[in-house]
Amino acid sequence: MNTQRSTLIFWLVFLGFLILIQALIGTGLLSNFWATLLKIGAVMSIVSIGLNLIYGFNGQFSLGQWGFYAIGAYTAADITYRWTQLHNASGLVVVLLVVLLVSLAFFLVAKIVSRLRGLDALSAFTLYLIGLLIAAILAVMVGKGLIAPITNILNLLPAEWAIQIVFFLAVILGGCIAAEISYIFGLPVLTLGSDYFGIATLGFTIIVKVLLDNSDTLLGFTEMKGARGMVGIPKLTSWIWVAVFLIAVLVVTRNLLHSSHGRAMISVREDEIAAKAMGINVAQQKTITFVLGSFFAGLAGALYAHVNGFLHPNTFNFIKSFDPMIIVVFGGLGSVSGTVVAAFTWALVLEGLLRLVLPQGFETWRFVVYPLLLLIMMLLRPQGLFGAFEFPYLRQVLPRPFQPRELHQPPSPADEPLNNGA
Amino acid sequence: MENERLTFIDRMIKGKWIGKLLLTVIVLFAVWGVGNKAIHNPQLFIQQIINGLQLGFVYALIALGYTMVYGIVRLINFAHGDVFMVGAMVSYFAVGSFHLHQWPAAAFPGLPNFISLLIGTISVILLSMAICAILAVTIERIAYKPLRNAPRISALITAIGVSFFLEYFGALPFVFTPNFITYKRPYEIVTWYIKDGIHRLEAGKAPPQGGILFSNNLIIIILVTVLLLLSLTYIVQKTKIGKAMRASAYDKPTSRLMGINVDGIISITFALGAALAGAAGVLYATAYPQVFFWMGIIPGLKAFIAAVLGGIGSIPGAFVGALIMGQAEVLAAGYISTPMRDAIAFSILILVLLVRPTGIYGEPEREKA
Amino acid sequence: MTTPSTAPTKALLEIKGLTKEFGGLKAVNNFDMDIYPGELVGLIGPNGAGKTTVFNLITGIYVPTAGVIRFRDTKLIGFQPHEITQMGIARTFQNIRLFPNLTVLDNVRIAYHIHAGYGMFDAIVHNKNYDRHEKALTERAQEFLSVFNMHTRQGEIAKNLPYGEQRRLEIARALAASPQLLLLDEPAAGMNPKEVVELMDLIHFIRERFNLTILLIEHQMRVVMGICERITVMDFGEVIARGTPEAIQNDEKVIEAYLGRGAAALSQRLREKRSHVA
Repeated sequence: MNTQRSTLIFWLVFLGFLILIQALIGTGLLSNFWATLLKIGAVMSIVSIGLNLIYGFNGQFSLGQWGFYAIGAYTAADITYRWTQLHNASGLVVVLLVVLLVSLAFFLVAKIVSRLRGLDALSAFTLYLIGLLIAAILAVMVGKGLIAPITNILNLLPAEWAIQIVFFLAVILGGCIAAEISYIFGLPVLTLGSDYFGIATLGFTIIVKVLLDNSDTLLGFTEMKGARGMVGIPKLTSWIWVAVFLIAVLVVTRNLLHSSHGRAMISVREDEIAAKAMGINVAQQKTITFVLGSFFAGLAGALYAHVNGFLHPNTFNFIKSFDPMIIVVFGGLGSVSGTVVAAFTWALVLEGLLRLVLPQGFETWRFVVYPLLLLIMMLLRPQGLFGAFEFPYLRQVLPRPFQPRELHQPPSPADEPLNNGA
Repeated sequence: MENERLTFIDRMIKGKWIGKLLLTVIVLFAVWGVGNKAIHNPQLFIQQIINGLQLGFVYALIALGYTMVYGIVRLINFAHGDVFMVGAMVSYFAVGSFHLHQWPAAAFPGLPNFISLLIGTISVILLSMAICAILAVTIERIAYKPLRNAPRISALITAIGVSFFLEYFGALPFVFTPNFITYKRPYEIVTWYIKDGIHRLEAGKAPPQGGILFSNNLIIIILVTVLLLLSLTYIVQKTKIGKAMRASAYDKPTSRLMGINVDGIISITFALGAALAGAAGVLYATAYPQVFFWMGIIPGLKAFIAAVLGGIGSIPGAFVGALIMGQAEVLAAGYISTPMRDAIAFSILILVLLVRPTGIYGEPEREKA
Repeated sequence: MTTPSTAPTKALLEIKGLTKEFGGLKAVNNFDMDIYPGELVGLIGPNGAGKTTVFNLITGIYVPTAGVIRFRDTKLIGFQPHEITQMGIARTFQNIRLFPNLTVLDNVRIAYHIHAGYGMFDAIVHNKNYDRHEKALTERAQEFLSVFNMHTRQGEIAKNLPYGEQRRLEIARALAASPQLLLLDEPAAGMNPKEVVELMDLIHFIRERFNLTILLIEHQMRVVMGICERITVMDFGEVIARGTPEAIQNDEKVIEAYLGRGAAALSQRLREKRSHVA
């Protein structure tokens, strides 16, 4: 069928693009500078796809994406830092246990909350908070005993393997921590009206940034070095890893959007009250989307942390937190293809092209040109570059038209719908 | 009607007690943290309150611009903080390069020093206000007006774009430098202290132990803010333009049918808000005499929180929210944790929103089916 | 299936003493109503009488200040709107609330979400379970659209449909949630006379076909009088009359509420005159 062919073409082109870049990096034809920018582009694609789910598809105006990105980055960085610099799996073990026990606690609290009908959001939040604290303390206590054995097990593997495994787990766990925090934060905050939700999530981003500024003193993670910036993170994010995660995120997003759950998600954006009247649990849909979007943000942050091997709280400044929002709007709200294209464009043009095009000494001009481009873009195409357009594989395909039964001459059970289509 | 026995749990749920418990614990914790130290040193506490008041009044002027613009076009005008910065910059050039504050002394040498300085200062503030108003109307016409029928997010993104533009354009080497610059006040600072009556603090002398300090800056800030606030209230409540503004905020199409030039009214709203921000820029720079091109971000953000806290769209709300914000910031910095003060400001905002989802003075959003 | 008022004694929907205050203003006051299975009941009243508020109370959008609503012996108060829909009450809205940027098909498919039959995980990996259920769901939705003669427009964006079609789609969507009780909020609002006739036919048709009980808010007397079996009249949040269409038409209080006191007196005099002549 036509759609199948175009899907094939899409994958051929997309995979070809990814492999070509890998080949260029591998052979050294692509300089480190451009390779880094491409990685950043892919990372931004993942964050922005997450935001597009939350804002473009579910209609929740979130400025908190950058905060979850920061959480993912620092979590994963801490895990790999401890593995490479301190030579133990303490970060991995504790974070893993925190993730597992906190999800268990959330699960149990959710059971209690669903029993208590009509519990208000703030009260539910309090119960979840208690569960979270108990689980986290328990995790740290139990984790201490498990650090040595797990370190030993991982040390049995060849060192290059072990570090890749630790890195992979760190990225996933970075996403999971972001997801869990977004769950508990979203619970009360998602009840707010759209603009107020946006402001509360902006607040979240700022709170995270301030905490990171003081991560060595207030939070007690001396290796994060607070406002001086965290150094010594292994540079593990290869183009292959980035591409794998980008493909995974794209497939998950696409599959979800093309299902009944995706439609339920979109119905909340379209009209909350009508969605409720159609039996859709709006609060649940908002939470699911918010958590999934934040999970993507966490993944992306974790990948980002290992691109340069250096993290600074200023990267997670609220001014920069508008970047994913700009990318999503630029690419087209509700268009995953647009988001990916816009993210790569953003990374390559802003840091790459403008740096090259502008004459020596005028590098600072790029932040003058950038807002102007943004302005012109918004004035010319307020619906974004792609509008709601999607590439073949990502596009929703309409099922073949329905033929009422009465029209069939012999209504036999063998009458396969294959013949009706064209 | 059926009589039902409410169990303990039912009552707990109905009264939202668990959430209230959490809030109470947080509030008690904050009050204890502040109160404990305040009792030990009441003079310092009063001093902090005064400092908070000074900050709060400046925030109020900025917050009004956010709230008025939001009320009429439902746009979070992220460029507003940078308009505030431009206000400070204009006054810096006016005082530093053009000596605008000295014109009355030059034109009428006979005038008493105080009066000529007063007129000079007022003209500096007025110039800042005027230039900010013109700037805001220009921005509105170029960047926001063409997007009035586009999705709301487009205008928000352009607002962010304008904000970036103002900041980075200003930071360019030939326009200005990206460095901090010491601000020259149009008037000399005079400080008094309260200890067994009010005394003037001699220049260069350390204030006595236990005295509460205040300066002419504080008085000027409060006077200017109150004056501007009263004029704004008068404009909004009593004049025809104010009526048109309120009508447009409520229902634009109908206002248009009633013969109101809605586009003009929106421009006026932007101009008024920006003028207040311009005045705030001058006052802020005189209080914290340092200007640079990112100075608008943090006060802009704080004022924005204040506007939301008070209920965005409400003018008294913006004022009350700003005073709370000023106190919260100073008290948090002084008594709880200096590096955490921005986080505390936002935590307060989130907590208030959870209790009152549309801010203190905000009208509840009604779900209509 | 069309003879309701006689047989069943058990009410499908039972409302007792329903009251809703908005800051001291009683939008609905001590409202009682019973609806029996298979009935088509009308709820009428002048603007601002509190009819839509009653709908919002039944569907859980508002929480009542006082009173009880029972649906098939279950108390509805305290349930979320989506739970109430899942119990079997669906509604339409006074000003059409479709999912405007989605296709006609998706509008209906969303109503089937609660019966999707596969979880998040199935959706993400697109496994067999997903394939089977999604196909079944889509076919069901298409077949359902064909009942309303809209299957040929499945790919059209809802907001691009003409007004009458939008109404039809909204009713179809509500029915896709497989309700036992359908609440229609002013379905004829904004329709021209021809469309109104079509709508009345449609209501008759769905009632037969889906074995429905219907509660209808309506402004246009013609519609109510034409299709309802029983009518309840509200004014200022209170019930002022109930009965058959004929009884309602001659009820003084109703005429007064609709046309004002003078008109009521006038019609009274007219009626007296007529009886004199007779």
